[in-house]
Amino acid sequence: MALDEIQIGGLGARRKRVEDARFIRGKGNYIDDFKLPGMLHMETLRSPIAHARITSIDTSKAWMTPGVHMVITGDMAAQHNLAWMPTLSYDTQAVLATDKVRFQGQEICCVVADDPYIAKDACEVIVVEYDPLPPIVNPKQALAPGAPIIRDDKAGQTNNICYTWEVGDKENTERVFADESMQVVSQDIFYPRTHPCPIENMAIISDYNSATGKLTIYLTTQAPHIIRTAVALVAELPEHMIRVIAPDLGGGFGNKVPVYPSYVIAILASILLTRPVKWIEDKTGNLISTGYARDMYFHCDAAIRKDGKIQAVRVHADTDNGGFFSDAQPTKFKIGLFHSIFGCYDVPYGYLTAQGHYTNKAPGGVAYRCSFRITESMFFQERFMQTCAYEIGMDQAEFRRVNFIREFPHRTTFGFLVDSGDYDKCLDLALDKIDYDGFKARQDAARKQGRLLGLGLSCMSEPLGAGNSREYDIIGIKMFDSAELRVHPSGKAVLKIGSKTQGQGHETTFAQIVTHELGIPADDILVQHGDTDNTPFGMGTYASRSTPTAGAATAMVARKVRAKAKKLAAHLLEVSEEDVEWELGRFYVRSAPNRGVTITDCAFAAYTNMPDGLEPGLENNAYYDPPNMTWPFDVYVTTVEVDPETGEWDVLKFVGVDDCGVRINPMIVEGQLHGGLAEAFAMAYHQMITFDSQGNCIGSNYMDYMIPTAWETPHFELYEVVTPSPHHPIGCKGIGECGCVGGPAAFVNAVVDAVAHLGVRNIDMPCLSSRVWEAIKYKKDVSGTPPLPGQ
Amino acid sequence: MPEFRTVQCVVNDEPREAEIEPRLLLVHFIREVLGLTGTHLGCDTTSCGACTVLFDGLPVKSCTVLGVQADGHDIVTVEGLGSPSELSPVQEGFHEEHGLQCGFCTPGMMLTATGFLEENPNPTEEEIRWALSGNNCRCTGYMNIVKAVQWAAKKMATSGISARGARG
Repeated sequence: MALDEIQIGGLGARRKRVEDARFIRGKGNYIDDFKLPGMLHMETLRSPIAHARITSIDTSKAWMTPGVHMVITGDMAAQHNLAWMPTLSYDTQAVLATDKVRFQGQEICCVVADDPYIAKDACEVIVVEYDPLPPIVNPKQALAPGAPIIRDDKAGQTNNICYTWEVGDKENTERVFADESMQVVSQDIFYPRTHPCPIENMAIISDYNSATGKLTIYLTTQAPHIIRTAVALVAELPEHMIRVIAPDLGGGFGNKVPVYPSYVIAILASILLTRPVKWIEDKTGNLISTGYARDMYFHCDAAIRKDGKIQAVRVHADTDNGGFFSDAQPTKFKIGLFHSIFGCYDVPYGYLTAQGHYTNKAPGGVAYRCSFRITESMFFQERFMQTCAYEIGMDQAEFRRVNFIREFPHRTTFGFLVDSGDYDKCLDLALDKIDYDGFKARQDAARKQGRLLGLGLSCMSEPLGAGNSREYDIIGIKMFDSAELRVHPSGKAVLKIGSKTQGQGHETTFAQIVTHELGIPADDILVQHGDTDNTPFGMGTYASRSTPTAGAATAMVARKVRAKAKKLAAHLLEVSEEDVEWELGRFYVRSAPNRGVTITDCAFAAYTNMPDGLEPGLENNAYYDPPNMTWPFDVYVTTVEVDPETGEWDVLKFVGVDDCGVRINPMIVEGQLHGGLAEAFAMAYHQMITFDSQGNCIGSNYMDYMIPTAWETPHFELYEVVTPSPHHPIGCKGIGECGCVGGPAAFVNAVVDAVAHLGVRNIDMPCLSSRVWEAIKYKKDVSGTPPLPGQ
Repeated sequence: MPEFRTVQCVVNDEPREAEIEPRLLLVHFIREVLGLTGTHLGCDTTSCGACTVLFDGLPVKSCTVLGVQADGHDIVTVEGLGSPSELSPVQEGFHEEHGLQCGFCTPGMMLTATGFLEENPNPTEEEIRWALSGNNCRCTGYMNIVKAVQWAAKKMATSGISARGARG
């Protein structure tokens, strides 16, 4: 008898998490929980101003502070060729400022002391003198005539542009726009800067052993293997003598992919002092200096046929990249996967241009819970679709339906290959659950009573799970992922993966994949990750890629192990391999199904009773290079009520329908969606990080950068549709970030819909009550773009 | 050299005594001096609640209390929930309802919930959400945290066990 897969924790089981046991007892292992013998503590001194030439740094008092072991300046780092480091976008970034500071919060000095309080004291007595320069806080200022060149360190840099990029068919797009029968709709929207801000800040312990020459780095990172290679290349250390251990991560959300300056200095300090050095960032340091996200200005024109079919789009995006171009993204693309825009719609022609700008703000451009700037593209897409529907006078849902792609695979206008989906089914279900048909009457009736109701719809399919390796790499390393599986003689197993959990529950779900393939109960499988000495090389966990890549590798390695187990089964059953059949957990003789052996029997035989010529052991590894991204499809629809007197708004109901293919563990999928949708709500509602005209970061702590609590966060009512991925070995698609990517447009669309009858087409995020009130009062769009001086 | 002060307090039912700097924060006293690393430090500004402990039975954020202020008081940290053999209703609820992901906010969240349920063992959802509004979670979207607290309340009602769990 085949085993009951759900019973043993296989595919589809709502298996409770194995990670929980340590977390609910306070036995997690986050970086700050580690104490190594002789460990010292580092603190980083940051620039209080945004743009200035450094005229002097006096560290003498810091050196004299009792308990201080070392004060490291940029000049000292330069002696080790570490004053600058490469970024993930092939730019350079100052590790410690030597010439000038380029954003508020930039790292200037690091102090290493006996304890963190002493290190902080010593930072207080360092005297830095600055010669201020005019700060630039947005792209318009960056391009203004006479603007100071922020990156005057770069030979040949004569302006503040850090990249330009284009894709699409310009000629045919322009031809369509020249057709006078087309209705052209245009819009400008701003996606403000936001910050992933996991509750646990950045943290490292660097431990250099001078006797063995081994460097062990304990790091809160989503990508330990890439970090190891990056450290080897930047610091010119032998890679086999570097071990990166990423233990439990207190969240990541894209913020924990890059290498940050203080990491470099902690490593340098531990090598120079030959002692372990710990650095724990504070929240303000995290918010003002580490990888921000978004900060993009969007313009789009659509040429629309009388029947509502979009015939061409013209897209332009300007990004504000801060002082260094350090976006974490695949090499080939300068604006991430922003060109995934309109991917779920049949748009014959499109032309997309983008330009990046240096400003005096923190660098970053990280994929904050998204697959490389997809959050921006899907937000703009769905905000713009709503505007188009208003302008051509068509129903919101119908307009999307008219433009949906229905035949798969479909090559999008900007070059992606969408391979599967059932969009109508998802949309129908979502509209039914929100009572779309009845809403219009409710909205009209409410308006007659002076109440404002709105409905917002967001539909999207995003490419998740980079690679393939032909097109996707990070600093040259191709974007595959890996798994290694070892079955012990007693049939218990250890799975080692190249990706890295930061709350997604890999230790629970990856075991379920092995269970599905081998029939070993999930409780008998230990999943290991995050230690580069003990796991195969992988690109890590971000961009919703773990299940599409490492998850696929896990299925593939389990199949390799099963193929070997089959040989052992044939040996034990004394038949030829061709006569052996498989059902979950058991091989049997085709002609005599009662004669069988379990996977445990085969595991035991692999070490105790191998046939002649068969290598002992039962283990293997797999490197998986996906043929394509996976393409989930998601519909989010929400209703809100806006208070016409104050502009305050409340979510009445939120419905999400997600098709992420096969769900390994539905409980985990729902949890991921809840989390992503809460972050989407946060961005739409009130989470804001901005800058004043002097480049001061407003939103530098959790009092100003308000992430929503249980009190504000609405309910999310979720439904599923399953269209398996045609190429993923078990039919899964990425899902971890869909809520965060598709959610914001649903909320903003709903708020705008509530006031659209006043002529309002846009309120930039976050939809603060003051902005909504302004839209109602003055019957106009409300921009969130920063004002220019004199405005 | 800094002056030191003696602190005597009860932590997780055990009397503890230490000489500490007056400026040492309670969260650092708990983590570094007592070695109880289940209490986490998130934001430094009393906002996120990752450092929440029970102080004489009430949830407080230990990043904004000095260690010396604990002198003569009773502290409960996550290590003081449940017993080695048995989870408290709140711990069990978080596991059963998938009320945690990365786990970093979880100890503070559970202590707030524990203090709250001791005061209000039969809360409405609105009361739970309000009670938790001083604790940030970046992973879960709170839906399952609310369910976890409801699960714990139900367990307390049916078993008679306190929110903090059976002692001993």
